[in-house]
Amino acid sequence: MASARRINPAIAALAWPLAALALLVLFNVVFTPGFFSVELRDGRLFGTPIDILNHASKVAIVAVGMTIVIATGGVDLSVGAVVAIAGAAAAMLVTRTQTPFPLVILAALGAGGVAGLCNGLLVSRLRLQPIVATLVLMVAGRGVAQLITDGLIITFEHRALSSLANAAFAFLPIPAWIAIALALATGLFARRTAAGMFVEAVGDNDRACRYAGVNDRAVKLAAYAFCGVCAGLAGLVECSYIKAADANNAGLFLELDAILAVVIGGTSLSGGRFSLAGSLAGAVLIQSLTKTLYMHDVSADVAPLPKAVAVLAVCVLQSPRVKDRIAALFNRGRA
Amino acid sequence: MQTHGLTRRTLLAALCLVGASLVACEKKAEERPTEPKSGATDAPAPSGTSSGKLRVGFSQIGAESDWRRANTESIKSEAEKRGIELIFADAQQKQENQIKAIRSFIQQKVDAIAFSPVVETGWEPVLKEVKEAGIPVILTDRAVDVSDPNLFVTFIGADFVEEGRRAANWVVKATGGKAMVAELQGTPGSAPAIDRKKGFEEVVKAHPEVKIIKSQSGEFTRAKGKEVMETFLKSGDGPRITVLYAHNDDMALGAIQAIEEAGKKPGVDIKIVSIDGVRAAFDAMIAGKLNCTVECNPLLGPQLFDAVEALAAKKPIEKRIVTKEGVFEQVQAAEAIKTRQY
Repeated sequence: MASARRINPAIAALAWPLAALALLVLFNVVFTPGFFSVELRDGRLFGTPIDILNHASKVAIVAVGMTIVIATGGVDLSVGAVVAIAGAAAAMLVTRTQTPFPLVILAALGAGGVAGLCNGLLVSRLRLQPIVATLVLMVAGRGVAQLITDGLIITFEHRALSSLANAAFAFLPIPAWIAIALALATGLFARRTAAGMFVEAVGDNDRACRYAGVNDRAVKLAAYAFCGVCAGLAGLVECSYIKAADANNAGLFLELDAILAVVIGGTSLSGGRFSLAGSLAGAVLIQSLTKTLYMHDVSADVAPLPKAVAVLAVCVLQSPRVKDRIAALFNRGRA
Repeated sequence: MQTHGLTRRTLLAALCLVGASLVACEKKAEERPTEPKSGATDAPAPSGTSSGKLRVGFSQIGAESDWRRANTESIKSEAEKRGIELIFADAQQKQENQIKAIRSFIQQKVDAIAFSPVVETGWEPVLKEVKEAGIPVILTDRAVDVSDPNLFVTFIGADFVEEGRRAANWVVKATGGKAMVAELQGTPGSAPAIDRKKGFEEVVKAHPEVKIIKSQSGEFTRAKGKEVMETFLKSGDGPRITVLYAHNDDMALGAIQAIEEAGKKPGVDIKIVSIDGVRAAFDAMIAGKLNCTVECNPLLGPQLFDAVEALAAKKPIEKRIVTKEGVFEQVQAAEAIKTRQY
């Protein structure tokens, strides 16, 4: 009865990051006093778990777009730079012009979308390798952001824009709601329409797709553009958080965190099947780990080490071969 | 077979990612002067050209920060003011570009060569060439690591350890020698982070009632400064913090927001001292949210060309010239901001 034991792969992919998260939570319950103390202050919840949600949201928003791109068999290294561009655009608009706020948001998302389209065109039309194609914008994008801000840190006192990452709705920080809504909408669109299947099919075998009549170029283009828009959204959140656009540092190394979140979430870097819920869990896991290290005064020089070990452990446990070995162990025990 | 290949590839990719994230935390270092070994100044004096106009070659690191831009601006405008011909080369963070620039300065027979070395080591061969050509070398902002201190005439730059001491002295003065300090460090391993921490601790050691109870890196950025301060405030020691010491202004500006969100008054409930003296820090002082900033002066132009002119006039100059820097408090902020150039 082997088939009866087979679990839904989407849920199986979630198991390891959630298990790691549970372990981390357990560790903090025992060793970090006050880690879970949450209180209500000015109509919003205030405490470390809320901070984790708030910071994880930024990574999660980028990771949603990244998941789709990775599922098509690509990768987008430019998201960090696009975050800087979108933040710079938004900050300049609210400080130098009287642009209405909805237009500011549209402009930032639009900037992200255009950046994503550039990546998409390089990948789908010119057939550049995704790592190379997006590396271009990763390097150049920060320069673009510097040009927009004239190399300065642009500080703003705009109520709507600064409340985006600092205010709460129904007790939870707004970025958390944005991340949840984005993931839900993306998930529904991917699973309720054929879009998700096209993405996975292109990631599995783009040539077969083309022969089957699926426009693989259009799918890839759309995936990169979507990823750009997500990065633009994260850019708004990032600049809102510090009420300033810091073109030099905004979104620095965010692409690594996003890719990590996707990989931890069980989406294979070789493309094909993807799990949005996994990516969200991955983002929360990374942020919880960072926060735990801060809370325990782990010096920043060595902090990446435990982080890397945890990530490696989750990835190793997810590899099919290790999974097979573990399953074999269990079966032997049962026999 | 297909699945096995995929597995291996996935694992490899994961390993690469882990490696990449380890490397990533190295990040860029900020400025880097170390005390050069002191020695007699017996470098050649500039010969001066037939036209009588001094020609100076300057190789800048790049344009990575506001600080660096102000630094470049100061050098360019001061040269123009004094009628000195400046040959300016931007190295875009690469040592080989700086070495190329220095060789081209030798060929152009300039009267003096000045540069901010992007890294400390590997300068000996090119500096020997310069010495053979009889051109004096002035280091600005960062020092080099060479076995022969006569390869350069002088080093003009800030003293990060002294900046740390000044910040600590202000804390002692402002709190009457009784403080629970939270420290936001710079990028791990960078010279300003190491030295500013060292200088601060040196002074604090003599005051047993001043204790550093929290210390963590905010990587010189606003976002990290805010995130780490948030964590400090929510930790068990959070309510005891009375003073924040940040290794640069940007981290302090981020932390101010975290303090406000925690329902405390920055500048009152928690006194804040930071280093650099950028314009935004003065704005924060005028708003009463920052108490003190210790200047780290990028405006090296005047002192650089003072040294060049002294060399031309065959006057002796110091082997180590520390930049003129002040400490600014809230009461001086409104007046001082009018003259800030960066």
